[in-house]
Amino acid sequence: MTSAEQFSEFAPFQRLTPTQREAVAQLARPVDFTAGSRLFEEGQDAVGCWLIQVGQVALSTEVPGRGQVVVQTLGPGEVLGWSWLVPPHQWQFTATAPGPVSAMELDTARLLALAEHEPAMGYPLALGFCEILLTRLQSARARLLDLYANPRER
Amino acid sequence: MLPIPYRVIGRHVETRDSVTLDLEPVREQLPPFRPGQFTMLYARGVGEIAISISGDASRADGILTQTIRDVGAVSHALHALTPGEVLGARGPFGTGWRFDSAYGREVVIVAGGVGLAPLRPVLIEAINGRADHPRTVLIAGARTPSEFLFREQLDSWASIPGLEVVLTIDQPAQDWAGPVGFVTEPLSRLQLRPGSTTAFLCGPEPMMRFSAAVLIGRGMAEKDIRISVERNMKCGVGLCGHCQLGPLLVCRDGPVVDYALARPLLAVREL
Repeated sequence: MTSAEQFSEFAPFQRLTPTQREAVAQLARPVDFTAGSRLFEEGQDAVGCWLIQVGQVALSTEVPGRGQVVVQTLGPGEVLGWSWLVPPHQWQFTATAPGPVSAMELDTARLLALAEHEPAMGYPLALGFCEILLTRLQSARARLLDLYANPRER
Repeated sequence: MLPIPYRVIGRHVETRDSVTLDLEPVREQLPPFRPGQFTMLYARGVGEIAISISGDASRADGILTQTIRDVGAVSHALHALTPGEVLGARGPFGTGWRFDSAYGREVVIVAGGVGLAPLRPVLIEAINGRADHPRTVLIAGARTPSEFLFREQLDSWASIPGLEVVLTIDQPAQDWAGPVGFVTEPLSRLQLRPGSTTAFLCGPEPMMRFSAAVLIGRGMAEKDIRISVERNMKCGVGLCGHCQLGPLLVCRDGPVVDYALARPLLAVREL
């Protein structure tokens, strides 16, 4: 079992009341991954969500001729795994731990059920997830600008 | 106002389009510089451009260190200079980072691409005066692993106690095991004490805006965020108006300005 306070460090749970966070804590368990572990694979059914506490996770996809290309890395304080939240509930990328990783793993089936059963908890939870999603989208857009390119080569 | 001749005594290739030149005065030398200031460098017969000084401000031997990216006619000519050749230098000009005003505070430095060059003197100062700062964090972003300036130095800095170095790249790369993502990502997950932190940002304008937005969103005051703005400089001494940015003449009132002053100006199109 995980302590509810730990959840306040992660954006999706910051809007929850202590009681709601306690309910989420019941659905979490601490997990460790060794270097080279695959947390999930592109195309598989999306089950689970990880709150990274230690280490780094690389999200990658297979590109012919280039192998597994890492498109983003996530570190401590970040949330890994979104596809359990929306249909078709399949992982879009592969998640790998280049080094040791410690995280809290959430039982997302029960979390979804809890959020649907109790909108007063589901709404702030969804808002918190939206906040992270927006941050990631903005960062991806910033990268699309290719800001560091030599102006002569644009 | 007249360029003073300096001879290239060292040329270090940083990336495929950037070099760092060590320059020694041929006769007289320019006054000492403050981190954040720039010089006007003159390539004989081609022209003159503003280049931030990237060397150690505490150096007393008169050697000037400048990092140049080959982007236009003048920078191309300067970039091509080899040891023994001579260029002209004026300066130092403009405001500095005022790093001394961050005494006792935590320091967050965010550099994007060649924006690391004007921040290098600050980093050197931060490393030399580590006792004055409870914590110094450098977040540097580049397009790819091979496009980081001062790569060897970054690696050695990463091992200095009290200095956290985060290098992140924008574009996926095979030979890279570090973070992949925009500089705002490590910035947004940084343990931050907003009331006792000073931030120094340098890089493309949108990068600085996005980074400042993250810091402000996390509770930092605009006045505690300093950025280095860039406009085409001509005279360097606030006379010609070439680098005007609203009420500022960047060569005189900048390039380093508080974000409280810069933010409204950066929001005006074509200013």
